[in-house]
Amino acid sequence: MKLVEKNQIMDPDGMRRAITRIAHEIIEKNKGTDGLVLVGVRRRGVPLAVRLQAQINEIEGVNLPLGILDITLYRDDLTTLDHQPVVHRTEVPFSIQGKKVVLVDDVLYTGRTARAALDAIIDLGRPQQIQLAVLVDRGHRELPIRADYVGKNLPTSSKEVVSVRVMEIDQEDRVVLNEISD
Amino acid sequence: MWKRKDLLGIKELSADEINQILDQAVPMKDIIKRDIKKVPTLRGKSVINLFYEPSTRTRTSFELAGKYLSADTVNIAVSTSSVVKGETLIDTGKTIDVMGADVVVIRHQASGAPHLLAKHIKAKVINAGDGAHEHPTQALLDLFTIKEAKGSIEGLTVTILGDILHSRVARSNIWGLKKLGAKVRVAGPSTLMPPGLGDWGVEVYHRVEDALEGADVVNVLRLQLERQQKGLFPTIREYARQWGLNSRRVSLAKPGAMVLHPGPMNRGVEISPEVADGLQSVITEQVTNGVAVRMAILYLMTGGGVSDVPR
Amino acid sequence: MFLVKGGMLVDPAAGIKAVRDILLQDGKVVEIGEHLERPEGAEVYDATGKLVTPGLIDMHVHLREPGLEAKETIASGTRAAAMGGFTSVCCMPNTNPVTDSLALVEAVQAISKRDGAVRVFPIGAITKGSQGQELAEIGDMAQAGVRAVSDDGKPVARAEIMRLALEYAKMFEVTVVSHCEEQSLAGDGVMHYGPMSAMLGLKGIPAAAEEVMVARDIILAEAAGAKLHIAHISTRGSLELVRAAKARGVNVSCEVTPHHLSLSDEAVSGYSTSTKVNPPLRSWDHVSALRQGLADGTIDCIATDHAPHTIEEKAVEFGAAPFGLVGLETAVPLIMELVRNKELDIERAVAALSSNPARVFGLPGGTLQPGSPADLTVIDPDLELVLKPEDLRSQGKNSPFLGTELKGFPVLTMVEGQVVMRERNLLAD
Repeated sequence: MKLVEKNQIMDPDGMRRAITRIAHEIIEKNKGTDGLVLVGVRRRGVPLAVRLQAQINEIEGVNLPLGILDITLYRDDLTTLDHQPVVHRTEVPFSIQGKKVVLVDDVLYTGRTARAALDAIIDLGRPQQIQLAVLVDRGHRELPIRADYVGKNLPTSSKEVVSVRVMEIDQEDRVVLNEISD
Repeated sequence: MWKRKDLLGIKELSADEINQILDQAVPMKDIIKRDIKKVPTLRGKSVINLFYEPSTRTRTSFELAGKYLSADTVNIAVSTSSVVKGETLIDTGKTIDVMGADVVVIRHQASGAPHLLAKHIKAKVINAGDGAHEHPTQALLDLFTIKEAKGSIEGLTVTILGDILHSRVARSNIWGLKKLGAKVRVAGPSTLMPPGLGDWGVEVYHRVEDALEGADVVNVLRLQLERQQKGLFPTIREYARQWGLNSRRVSLAKPGAMVLHPGPMNRGVEISPEVADGLQSVITEQVTNGVAVRMAILYLMTGGGVSDVPR
Repeated sequence: MFLVKGGMLVDPAAGIKAVRDILLQDGKVVEIGEHLERPEGAEVYDATGKLVTPGLIDMHVHLREPGLEAKETIASGTRAAAMGGFTSVCCMPNTNPVTDSLALVEAVQAISKRDGAVRVFPIGAITKGSQGQELAEIGDMAQAGVRAVSDDGKPVARAEIMRLALEYAKMFEVTVVSHCEEQSLAGDGVMHYGPMSAMLGLKGIPAAAEEVMVARDIILAEAAGAKLHIAHISTRGSLELVRAAKARGVNVSCEVTPHHLSLSDEAVSGYSTSTKVNPPLRSWDHVSALRQGLADGTIDCIATDHAPHTIEEKAVEFGAAPFGLVGLETAVPLIMELVRNKELDIERAVAALSSNPARVFGLPGGTLQPGSPADLTVIDPDLELVLKPEDLRSQGKNSPFLGTELKGFPVLTMVEGQVVMRERNLLAD
């Protein structure tokens, strides 16, 4: 299986603008930042959550608590894998009891990762609300899940792969649409 | 990537494999500290604890490790099983196999029993202690405890104290520590020392003070008191005086040296109460880490489906 | 009449190692020569490129009958012997009941005559029931033809009983065969005491457990002026004791098994119960001493200590399994490997498997000189086989050599002029 780049969906500026917009939407929808916490889903949800935290700080002057969620142990596809994927630490060093948790991930696709993240969060405590922020929603949901904040809605075919690339991990900021070629 | 069907001993593991387990135990330990100590990972998997020797802590540790990962765990103790009716290990294993067990955790008084079982059943086999051979999960939890406190195992001097001859904990620890680059010393009476330890790159001491000098870690083995009746040493009292770890002896090790004991302890024999309960003792931490390490092992070993799918 | 043509005859007792034809008739060797004419009616066996030896003698086997027929019978054990090139076997008395009386010796002889494929010479017990307390009826058994006595598997613990046995057996020219194992040292050990036992966490049997009793029995035999044979010698120290005793004229001989020459205690590392034998497989240092001892003649004989057990008895934890492996059907290729590797010359090998055991126990055969019994073995030194459990004619499948390539197998076994095995086919059935 090979991935061939089809086209670029977002450039660095586009990503920055999308995050800024999401930050505003979060503040607006929650009427401020009271009781809000951010939780990035490993791996690329984490740098995006860091950026959202900085953006919200810039707008409201509040530094929201930021956690990291590893959903490996909650995946529903473990029995179909050849080898167990590596489990990383979940680092949510604050109580989420009664909080409004904004889950941050890079791409919303089937909804299975979001489902795993919801279960993982609930095992940590009982938040008042969970919201979902994603940079790209590419459709093809397999579960009744929707995002509260979307950077870009992108219609795709199932032969396509959306790749969010972030400086912190990939040494560049952009979003590309790849196609699987056999 | 974990590729072994079974976990039979430390001897056959590579340093990479050991580190993989130790690394996976870190997030597992987080789970134990939560209010909700359960993740759904091993839902629908079954773990059978097949214990031919009495054991409370290892069996409970495996049982909780399985339960925290949502596996169904069942304990079979020798007294309640058909072993008393004369069933062989292989037959018992095959019976458990066809009931759909995914993992069999075996504790057996015969060295090599887990190897025999593994050869004859489809379920994955974890050695929870076989005779005087190996106790790999104990060694892994000891390594985890040391690494957690010291950051790395490499270059540390670890002294193992006591009955090396009959100790599976000692064997597994020696091999694990050597593979991760520690210097290993053993100390104990010559009548409780196996032959050929020099060939393993282990320094053998018969004066406990010499063995402790400058050590980073002291691992005290449990003394089986019935060894005395077999004439392997004169009296329990002399053993305590000659080989027991007390505060005066601990002070010979490096400042801040860790004291480990696999339990259960004979207080006042191989370890004095003030050392067991002292600041340098990590004996209770070992118990917590045992669950974390066993969760990591169960997690790594129960993988294996058709093929990797891209996320 | 049977004519074996063109083979390399190795007859150490006669000092022959040359291509010779051998004519056999009426159960005897008739003539040996270069290019013998085929007498009318004689069957010819072309042995070109093969070794022709006196019928091989295994002076130490366990045939398990009577009483332990689930493990082996005289019928199955002697068929295994025929496949292994052995024309005579000496069976140990640790049956149930123990062969410790005239009646029981005669019973074994009768069953052997009825069911046996090769010659069977029963070895009697040293003490009643091999209990180590009172001497067995050695004199009566000697009159029935017993040439040796042994409490094999249960060493005679009390030195005084051993002394009496040596004194008593001497009168009847019966050899005392000692299984040397000081039990307070061997304890409940299951393998050789050393780095391997330490590594595997198995209880060790130190070399000293054997050596202490070898020393004791040599001293006792020397004092009694009696004949002593040490069974399955396995350590460097035992060998030194025998070498020194022989040098000062003590009437002592000894045997070694093929497995103690071929395997070390490293073979135990997978906990395979077919490597659990007594004496245990020793470390390489002992193995190389044994090879040397055989090559220099300190060790007189090769004997298999063929010890069959049922599959169920061996399919258990290592510590719980009985001691013993089946050796009759793999002895020749294992020894041929030593010959190929120049660790042993062929004359010594053949002598240790034929003329020497015949001499030590006073048995017929051991040579192919005219007038000798027509007991003969032909070995194809190039025949390679990988044996599977079902290939073994022994009921016991407890061999560590199954599944490995072995080379140099017997292809003809003749007992008293009767061909019992030919081209790996058993004709005795």
